[in-house]
Amino acid sequence: MTALLSEELHRIAPDIDLTDIDRSEDLRDELDIDSMDFLRLVTALGKRLNLDMPEADYDRMRSFDAMLSYLQARGAG
Amino acid sequence: MSAFVMPSLGADMEAGVLVEQLIAPGDPVQRGDVIGAVETQKGVIEIEVFESGTLAEWLVPLGTKVPVGTPLAMIDTGAQDVPDPDEPDIPDPEEPTELPEEPPTELPDPEQPFPDDPIPEDLPYDDPGPSEPMPEIPPFDPGMRLRITPAARRLAAQSGVDPRALSLPLGRAITRADILGLAPTSKPPPQFDMRAAIAAAMSRSKREIPHYYLSHMVDLTAAEGFVSALNKDRAPQDRVLLGAVVARAVAHALRKFPEFNGHYDGSFVPSQAVHLGMAINIRGGGLVAPALFDAADKPLDALMRDMADLVERVRAGRFRARELSDATITLTSLGDRGVDELLGVIYPPQVAIVGMGTPRLHPMIHDGQVAARLAARLTLAADHRVSDGHRGALFLRAIDKHLQKPDTP
Repeated sequence: MTALLSEELHRIAPDIDLTDIDRSEDLRDELDIDSMDFLRLVTALGKRLNLDMPEADYDRMRSFDAMLSYLQARGAG
Repeated sequence: MSAFVMPSLGADMEAGVLVEQLIAPGDPVQRGDVIGAVETQKGVIEIEVFESGTLAEWLVPLGTKVPVGTPLAMIDTGAQDVPDPDEPDIPDPEEPTELPEEPPTELPDPEQPFPDDPIPEDLPYDDPGPSEPMPEIPPFDPGMRLRITPAARRLAAQSGVDPRALSLPLGRAITRADILGLAPTSKPPPQFDMRAAIAAAMSRSKREIPHYYLSHMVDLTAAEGFVSALNKDRAPQDRVLLGAVVARAVAHALRKFPEFNGHYDGSFVPSQAVHLGMAINIRGGGLVAPALFDAADKPLDALMRDMADLVERVRAGRFRARELSDATITLTSLGDRGVDELLGVIYPPQVAIVGMGTPRLHPMIHDGQVAARLAARLTLAADHRVSDGHRGALFLRAIDKHLQKPDTP
């Protein structure tokens, strides 16, 4: 799951080294992505994992670690 | 037979570099097909053909910088090859138009930024790539887009290496570091200068356009509530962003304020259509403001799809020529991690730029009570040769009004 998330993040921010980011901080700050990039990320993850990822859950997806926990809690992978 | 030439993408473009040939000689082309890509100061522009037929030949090798108007390829349109008196000025492909090496007004350019040798058609796949055993990308399919960052694409064109020779794990985009690993010498090539293009346009703007500025706080609670309700049961790919609602509000408000929509070229020429330029920042530096065409005529979902498509292509460093030259006004937003207010610089020959600060909770008076409301500062920078502050203020209020009733189409 970590690899899958890393792969999708790399698609969106190819210039960022994911080993350098703080995984507990807001992804938007760590990767310098905007709301459109975040929507693309959610769209890609939702399709690959067959999850609906509702907007109401966005606050549970804000950091790398939070997103991982969220995906695991939702039963993905 | 007709010539396909290096397109002009605005007055400040003099030359471009052919960086991709996506169609092989002998292949059929349809009007509107993307047949290649050109690197300009503004980034990589996909070039579309205007006629259907067959690609007869490429006239310019990859990596070659040529002036605007230089024939790049010949398209066999099925018409007779006899000279047609109605089609003047088609250069003879046998005389490969020896144009001056560099236009005289070229920006300072270190001598010979591009290698003499065209890139070989087929590089062996055992070229010095990353040595780790990784699944190889399949042989290049002309219809397949290369996943490559703009900086890497630039570097590849400049150093004469073929990024398709890289072996990478599927799905991973090629980065500048990958190209550096391929380049035969370690000499860093000159950075392609998007900064110079921005500097030229913005200097001209501040030199020629007498800007005036207005600012207005807009309550976004209704718009945000509308977006949340709309997205509640939607799959991610069908969701709408608040930014699309703002774009629609600006486009709709312009219907009654034509003096902010159009081009100034000696005198003001208003535009019937609203081609809303969206200022989009580029990772690693710079920004572009390509147009959302006919933004006032599209339903919200269609506008959102166009916006997503535009952002995706800009992030990949690719857009179409018309998108850069035809915007009639610009909208620039700070997104959700910016600051309160943004006062824009008009992009010539446009006459106005609307700015949107970062939406956040502000104490506002609502129904006679102080309440925490989601709000953002909306600004206008407009050309005083064309409009006055009074009309500008009414225009901002019209945008505000649209945002208070986001459910009206």
